[in-house]
Amino acid sequence: MPTFNDILILLPEFYLVGAACVLLLADAFMRPAQRPWLHWISIAVLLVAIYLVIAGQPPQAVTAFGSMFVRDDVAEILKVFALGTTAMVFVYARPYLIDRKLLGGEFYTLMIFAVIGIMLLVSAGNLVTVYLGLELLSLSSYALVALNRDAKLPPEAAIKYFVLGALASGMLLYGMSMVYGASGMGGTPSLDLAQLHNVMSYTTAPTLLLFGLIFMIVGIGFKLGAAPFHMWIPDVYQGAPTPVTTFIASGSKLAAFGMAYRLLDAGMGDLSQHWQLMLAVLAVASLAIGNLVAIVQTNLKRMLAYSTISHMGYLLLGLAAAGPEGYAAAMFYAICYALMGVAAFGVMLALSRAGFECEEIADLKGLNQKSPWMAFLMLLAMFSLAGVPPLFGFWAKVLVLEAAIHADMLWLAIVGIVFAIIGLYYYLYVVKVMYFDKPVEGSALQVQSDRPLRVVLSLNALSLLVLGLYWGPLLGWCRRAFGL
Amino acid sequence: MFNHLLSLLIWLPVVGAIPVLLAGSARPNLARWLSLLVAVLAFVASLFLLVQYNPGGAAMQLVESHLWIASWGVHYGLAVDGISVALIVMTTFVGILVIAGAWEVIQDKPHQYMAAMLILEGLLIGVFCATDALLFYALFEAILIPMFILIGIWGGPRRVYATLKFFIYTFFGSVFMLIALLYLYQKAGTFDIATLAALPLTMKEQSWVFFAFLIAFAIKVPMVPVHTWLPDAHVEAPTGGSVVLAAVMLKVGTYGMLRFILPIVPDAGAHFAWLIIVLSLIAIVYIGYVALVQEDMKKLVAYSSVAHMGFVTLGIFIAFMLVREQGNTDMALLGMQGAMIQMISHGFVSGAMFTCIGVMYDRLHTRQIKDYGGLINVMPWFGFFYVLFAMANCGLPGTSGFVGEFMVILSSFSANPWIALFAAFTLIIGAGYTLWLVKRVLWGEITNPHVAEMKEINARETFVLGAFAAAVLALGIWPQPLVHLMDGSVAQLVQQLAIHKI
Repeated sequence: MPTFNDILILLPEFYLVGAACVLLLADAFMRPAQRPWLHWISIAVLLVAIYLVIAGQPPQAVTAFGSMFVRDDVAEILKVFALGTTAMVFVYARPYLIDRKLLGGEFYTLMIFAVIGIMLLVSAGNLVTVYLGLELLSLSSYALVALNRDAKLPPEAAIKYFVLGALASGMLLYGMSMVYGASGMGGTPSLDLAQLHNVMSYTTAPTLLLFGLIFMIVGIGFKLGAAPFHMWIPDVYQGAPTPVTTFIASGSKLAAFGMAYRLLDAGMGDLSQHWQLMLAVLAVASLAIGNLVAIVQTNLKRMLAYSTISHMGYLLLGLAAAGPEGYAAAMFYAICYALMGVAAFGVMLALSRAGFECEEIADLKGLNQKSPWMAFLMLLAMFSLAGVPPLFGFWAKVLVLEAAIHADMLWLAIVGIVFAIIGLYYYLYVVKVMYFDKPVEGSALQVQSDRPLRVVLSLNALSLLVLGLYWGPLLGWCRRAFGL
Repeated sequence: MFNHLLSLLIWLPVVGAIPVLLAGSARPNLARWLSLLVAVLAFVASLFLLVQYNPGGAAMQLVESHLWIASWGVHYGLAVDGISVALIVMTTFVGILVIAGAWEVIQDKPHQYMAAMLILEGLLIGVFCATDALLFYALFEAILIPMFILIGIWGGPRRVYATLKFFIYTFFGSVFMLIALLYLYQKAGTFDIATLAALPLTMKEQSWVFFAFLIAFAIKVPMVPVHTWLPDAHVEAPTGGSVVLAAVMLKVGTYGMLRFILPIVPDAGAHFAWLIIVLSLIAIVYIGYVALVQEDMKKLVAYSSVAHMGFVTLGIFIAFMLVREQGNTDMALLGMQGAMIQMISHGFVSGAMFTCIGVMYDRLHTRQIKDYGGLINVMPWFGFFYVLFAMANCGLPGTSGFVGEFMVILSSFSANPWIALFAAFTLIIGAGYTLWLVKRVLWGEITNPHVAEMKEINARETFVLGAFAAAVLALGIWPQPLVHLMDGSVAQLVQQLAIHKI
């Protein structure tokens, strides 16, 4: 029987479900003139949720609903940043949505449901919760990608996302069933991640368990967008409305890290010597494909999509290190990437207007002439993504490289660093276009005058510099979450 | 007593860049004066540094250390020795001159230009006083960003190619150093350079770490065969960019060698000293010949920079050979001192040469030697300075160029006369390319009608060139204060060479 305490532990999630339902109803009954208020209400909803997550955080990890749900520091950090980046996406999205007449309840409720999915996923204590959270996140995301249903690319992207996503969910589910089966051979069958931890020690079907692990890794690889399960990323990034892309590049990546951590460490921790190498292979493939293919992209969204793939390669370096150090580094990386991704796409949103999508790299030509400040913010995002000190992205890279070396995978760190050099080129190219090229005659480039967007975007990009100069507290927070 | 002088030196220019940027393109003169003010204040602060530093002690002084990243034990650690002090003063000195030099020359977004220069200056000072390897590395890499912007926006026609090549090339080298540092961190549990210096390492480890460091610093110096980014970067950079690049940024490479290779991997350094010596001699002789055939003035001076930096690396590694193989500490000391003086001297001489080329370029908008000729007829004062710097460039006694080279040649003679023989080639080749340059640009008849219309240098340019001239002559005639300043630190370095860590 669920107790009151269980509900209290899940309070932020319950609250968000309630709020999302209220928003949905409100949208249906509001007069069109009042609709814009939804925007501010949704942001307030997310901020309150952040407060609930932090204020209700128990001093020690607790579980609810018979260990279906875990509320620990890892979950807290991931939730805070997922909610925070989603609130940023809301702020950045407003002018874009207004210009394209998309501002309405669908966007906000779907986003909030997706965030609830993230929150369940990163708190999962059971294979069922993992799947539940994942599906809630994914289904909301599919619909969000198709939000602009009259345009050409979004429905196409949504279908691709849906088909591949369904396939990956199937793989994951299949893997879970094998793991469940293996746990039943020689013991009591269990879906509980904590109990699955030592299945390897007693199961009479270790091969089945390993097969299950492999299928689950496919699912994780897909969600992260790690090569060779990356095919959906470029099309979805390009096809989705930019605010949705921003969300997929930020909150969704935090969720993917949370899912990988729950499944691999809590559930399959005993098999780490097996999955370490699998993740290392995924990391190398992602680094290679992401960085090399990004070089030839002319569409900024596609370029950033391939850059995501390479960044997930770095995140996997930390995961592959399979230890608290590595997880802390990987989580730090996921947070860092979320902030950088939001900033980079935020600049694109700030430069798009009705009838003009700023999404080709060439669209940024001469940005420094038109708006030195926007160019500077984008410069910060680009150098941070490239991993040039003193920006935030550099330290995240240093941490995962250190984790890999710490785990005796020096070769992996060297591969990572070599691809960082290759990756440098396409980020520098964006800076080159903004700063060294002359603006095109009659270029439509113009910055949105929306004040909240400008302010939050500025803070967001400057945070990359500030956190680059002073990243100790955040690292300390991440390390404490893993008991370091 | 005020003990944040080093932090002040780093942050003053960096923070000072913000009001300069805010002045905006609408008020270019305000931006210019503000940046000049910041540069002068930084120079004054560096003079205080000169006063506060006690040259007698071998230990690092003016130590500042704050815990920066607690969970990694990384410190925001700053301290200086004599070599750092000399380099910092040179940096702030050159900082004023590049800002004064760019005064009316940079018309396009002058506020951004000045701000980038100031940030660059602050970061360079930071590199010269960081005592934590991770802090050093971060600053070492961060330098690339303002330089990338400087070359890319205000550079010549092929600036994009040059600046991308510059950035990726130098980034390529330094990432391996990062891996080496992380490896050392695993072993020592700290990034503190002094602790890393005491860390015992096997020869195999030392060799790997040595090459990781070497590739980072060799590209920065630059040494043959990884010097190819330099001519491109120099030719395309705006005058100020070239001056900072040649005068200060190249020194970061040799400074890194002193701070990292010497104390952390001394055995590998001694083992591979022959390699560096051979590469340095190739730089001195072969690159000298390459400079001889250049038709672009900036390229010529860029190649002569590579040759002159060869003396610095030669001086550092000949000391290894002397100490380890002959136990000859006195001569090693001489070689090392020569290398240090050559570093400072080359800073002034190459900075001055690039400024001269900038002055000519502003008037005629060409860097081709064949477009000039007979300049002395229309610009006698300019000719005076140009000849002076040219003489310093070929190492004429009485100028700063002579002192360092002479000391390095002397010490290499006691290591191996053949090395000295090749090194001494520079006296002929250097004189060859420099004097021939002077002959073709300054002397002779005016063949190009545009040259006849060139105006004599104005007060601002006279000030910049005069300041460079004063520095070059002062170091040449009376190098004793500089030697004294660095004496204790150089002796300390030479002592470290003798320590076996295996």
